[in-house]
Amino acid sequence: MKGRIHVAGAGVISAIGNSVSETFESLRHERMGIGPITLFDSVHKGVLPVGEVKHTNERLSDHLKVKTVTRTALLGINAAREAVKSSGLDLKRWRTGLISATTVGGMDLTENFFHDFLSNSRHGKLRDVIHHACGQSTELIADDLGINGFVSTINTACSSSVNAIMLGSRMIDQGMLDVVVAGGTDALTKFTINGFNSLMILDKNLCRPFDANRNGLNLGEGAGFVVLVSDKVKQAEGLKIDCFVAGFANTNDAFHQTASSPEGRGSYGAMQQTLDMSGLKVEDIDYINLHGTGTQNNDLSEGTAVKRLFGDKCPRLSSTKAFTGHTLGASGGIEAVFSVLAIREQCVFPNLRFETAIPEVGITPQLVFENNLSVKHVMSNSFGFGGNCSSVVFSKSDF
Amino acid sequence: MALYIKGMGNISPQKTWGEESLFKPVGYNEDRLKCIEPEYSQWIDPRQLRRMSRVIKMGVAAGSMALKDAGITVPQGIITGTGYGCLDDTGIFLTKLVENKEQALNPTPFIQSTHNTIGSQIALLLQCQDYNQTYAHDAFSFESALLDAMLQLNETPERKILIGGVDEITEASHAIQKRFGIFNKSENSLQLFNRPSEGILNGEGSAFFVLSGEKSETDKVSVEALTTFYKPDEESLVKGIQDFLKASSLKSEDIDLILLGKSGDQKSDEKVDRISSSLFSSNAIGYFKQLCGEYPTASAFALWLGARIIQEQTIPDGIVSKKVNKPLKNILIYNQYFGTHHSLILLHACH
Repeated sequence: MKGRIHVAGAGVISAIGNSVSETFESLRHERMGIGPITLFDSVHKGVLPVGEVKHTNERLSDHLKVKTVTRTALLGINAAREAVKSSGLDLKRWRTGLISATTVGGMDLTENFFHDFLSNSRHGKLRDVIHHACGQSTELIADDLGINGFVSTINTACSSSVNAIMLGSRMIDQGMLDVVVAGGTDALTKFTINGFNSLMILDKNLCRPFDANRNGLNLGEGAGFVVLVSDKVKQAEGLKIDCFVAGFANTNDAFHQTASSPEGRGSYGAMQQTLDMSGLKVEDIDYINLHGTGTQNNDLSEGTAVKRLFGDKCPRLSSTKAFTGHTLGASGGIEAVFSVLAIREQCVFPNLRFETAIPEVGITPQLVFENNLSVKHVMSNSFGFGGNCSSVVFSKSDF
Repeated sequence: MALYIKGMGNISPQKTWGEESLFKPVGYNEDRLKCIEPEYSQWIDPRQLRRMSRVIKMGVAAGSMALKDAGITVPQGIITGTGYGCLDDTGIFLTKLVENKEQALNPTPFIQSTHNTIGSQIALLLQCQDYNQTYAHDAFSFESALLDAMLQLNETPERKILIGGVDEITEASHAIQKRFGIFNKSENSLQLFNRPSEGILNGEGSAFFVLSGEKSETDKVSVEALTTFYKPDEESLVKGIQDFLKASSLKSEDIDLILLGKSGDQKSDEKVDRISSSLFSSNAIGYFKQLCGEYPTASAFALWLGARIIQEQTIPDGIVSKKVNKPLKNILIYNQYFGTHHSLILLHACH
């Protein structure tokens, strides 16, 4: 990259908190947010645990003082507003873009519509489908933030948000934009719960990422955004910056529509190319925030790739999905904020509920919250259906 | 920077693949323009074909056509734009979810419901482990894909990247959109702009391109620049278009043909007409949505059409009202979608 892509702000909402500070307290005190379904009716209520944001749509819109729209948009507005506020930037002064990611878009309302629509094609409230498309959630966020420059939306399943950060970084690097609000948002829906349930990869108990006895994932919801700025913006605004985007890569596993290759060729490629772009060696990485969903397939494949790449120089690593559940398209944005926090607070987060290492890889993740460390470079992984694999490295600014 | 078009493939409501070099327009007497689809087994292994929904077939086949046209087998990156995504599989899974009361669901439609299924199926079939990206932003989906290709090729111009825009109409999506009252009741789609407009034609299509930042002798068309405008007011839109031309060192009279994304939606068409007549009063102006209908990635069809026009130096029937008697060197695609999404793509003849 020509200059640095600085992280000037961060915002997050998930099952473990409605803001960056609440989230950090939960991570620090090892308080996870996964529990029973409460927000909607489903036959899986009381059976499948999920990581819900603990507010109804009505409460979220009251709090945000916006109309009740899709939950995906409400969560996104909440996190994106916090990110912009924390940056202290006046977006109007700069060429600002919003690049968001989502997999379900307005599905939470569409599935209500469909119930009525199927009984009679003239039934169902049309206002429940107008915000169905992925781009609509992004535009509701853009309109709320007053961004009328570049807007775009990415849907590469569970790797989506990291790709949003990647596009934003490239656009700043090549001088197209000065400021980019980048991240992602996804709400829990019956559509995704039933989808993952039909694939038989949901754990009926609390998920146990990277454990030998893991039994699937728990779904979650939320949103996470970072504000990326150019050198010029940083200098002109006199911003105090904690970290910057050092490198990223996007590959495709090209193995199977849903399963990862046993050797993790896509994830290996993404991590390795990210190191290359960052100009870092494996021993430079202080912490990896793993994709670590808790499924048999992902954790073995990702663990194998980590082992192959890092060998005996494996850094501290953990999956924070045991706190939040797997928030799908939002996970890369939420975990980018966690990565920023790890650098800002010089700490690493625990991999909850871990007992036994996966025998094939023998990786023991970080078991407790630990601070007073030297955390200079953090890698975050996000992999998705369709073989989409993305990694990103955030580095401490005074490094 | 210039992106050189190495190959193209297009499945649309017109005959845009196969032997015909440039088509005779096909008219429709309904509000839904359905793609004229090829025999897919020509392009896709029949064993794979069985499991694919129509939009995936359309995407994979148009992608294969573009690769064949470019004379390559595997690209160094795949970037897809789709506004609607995989609607059919989404609808099937939603229907079963309701009907079966969340029990005993087949996972296949769920797996194939995400927007990135099209780009990842292409990657899987070609064993392409390179950069893979899917944009899902309404009428900026294809523009985002094109912009990303520009960013990628700026970094590594020698690569050849496959990019495309694809969207499908399904029975359910058509029925739902119809209830919004946005469709045209026209008896002949080709007459869309010859009488006062009163609604859009529902369209679909899949157009793919192989692009590279490196020029070769045989290249005929390049994409020179693109930009998007989100919910602009008229004043900033006019200024945006002027700035866009200026950045490419062009004056409005240098544009030999404008392909205008009027759709039949009265309110937005009026605005587009006002802008084009003030900025391009002496230019040749052509329309394309009477051919492909309105859908989020219609600009991919327009890119294919503009590139074909430059390649052949001929404008097919029914696009412009009067003959253009000069070489077609610069074509500007000005697309708009319901007045909220505007985009510009500038095409240039290489020779």
